[in-house]
Amino acid sequence: MAEPMKIRASLAGDTAEVKCLMNHPMETGLRKDAKTGAMVPAHHITNVTAALNGKPVLDAQWGGGISKNPYLAFKVKGAKAGDTVTVNWVDNTGDKNTAEAKIG
Amino acid sequence: MNNLRRNVLKGAGGASVVTVAVMAGLLKPGMALADWNKAGFDAKDLNGALASIGGGGAAASGDISVKAPDIAENGAVVPVEITSNIAGTEGIAIVGEKNALPLIADFKMMNGAQGFVSTRIKMGTTSNVTAIVKAGGKVYKASKEVKVTIGGCGG
Repeated sequence: MAEPMKIRASLAGDTAEVKCLMNHPMETGLRKDAKTGAMVPAHHITNVTAALNGKPVLDAQWGGGISKNPYLAFKVKGAKAGDTVTVNWVDNTGDKNTAEAKIG
Repeated sequence: MNNLRRNVLKGAGGASVVTVAVMAGLLKPGMALADWNKAGFDAKDLNGALASIGGGGAAASGDISVKAPDIAENGAVVPVEITSNIAGTEGIAIVGEKNALPLIADFKMMNGAQGFVSTRIKMGTTSNVTAIVKAGGKVYKASKEVKVTIGGCGG
């Protein structure tokens, strides 16, 4: 299981801004190991989804071009204090992680 | 006796390998890779990447802002913020035009999600970061050039 992800949601009017920080090496599969010269196999997040109170709001596909330990922020209209935001990711090896935050 | 036993063991082993393969073959694409645009993310040229997300004929739009540094000292971590003020924005894709694999991310917004994403991307060399925005069945784009002093793709 991957390390936990950090997630924070803040409210401005009726729009929530959700920021999250994931722990992931995000290997593109194009990099060579400096010592052995062997290609480092691709290992990166492929799908990220987010939901507000269980209703999907964001559905993203990622390649290896997202930086290591990815940062993601997005905004959702129609949110209110106390709502729950959930963020999930899955990587190309089938590993996954999920985090949840209350909008404060 | 012994031969039979070997065969049975082999048979059992073979069957379980098949089962594992089927599970890997069925479960993985079903759960993890089902809606991952492999052709697009593996495309090595800009046109292939754009075609895979339907962004080939995108029209330049002044209503999209691509916020990124003018000069990125470290191409491995380039902050990018894209805001689309086009009404009904339902998708934003990020493309690094000269990256080895140009397509970086493809976001879909629904149920009140705004035309806004902020993330950090890798860039191999100085090039345009392009946002492809989908709204109301049309495709728009906007770019911002980022000068990269140390590339972030590769060694």
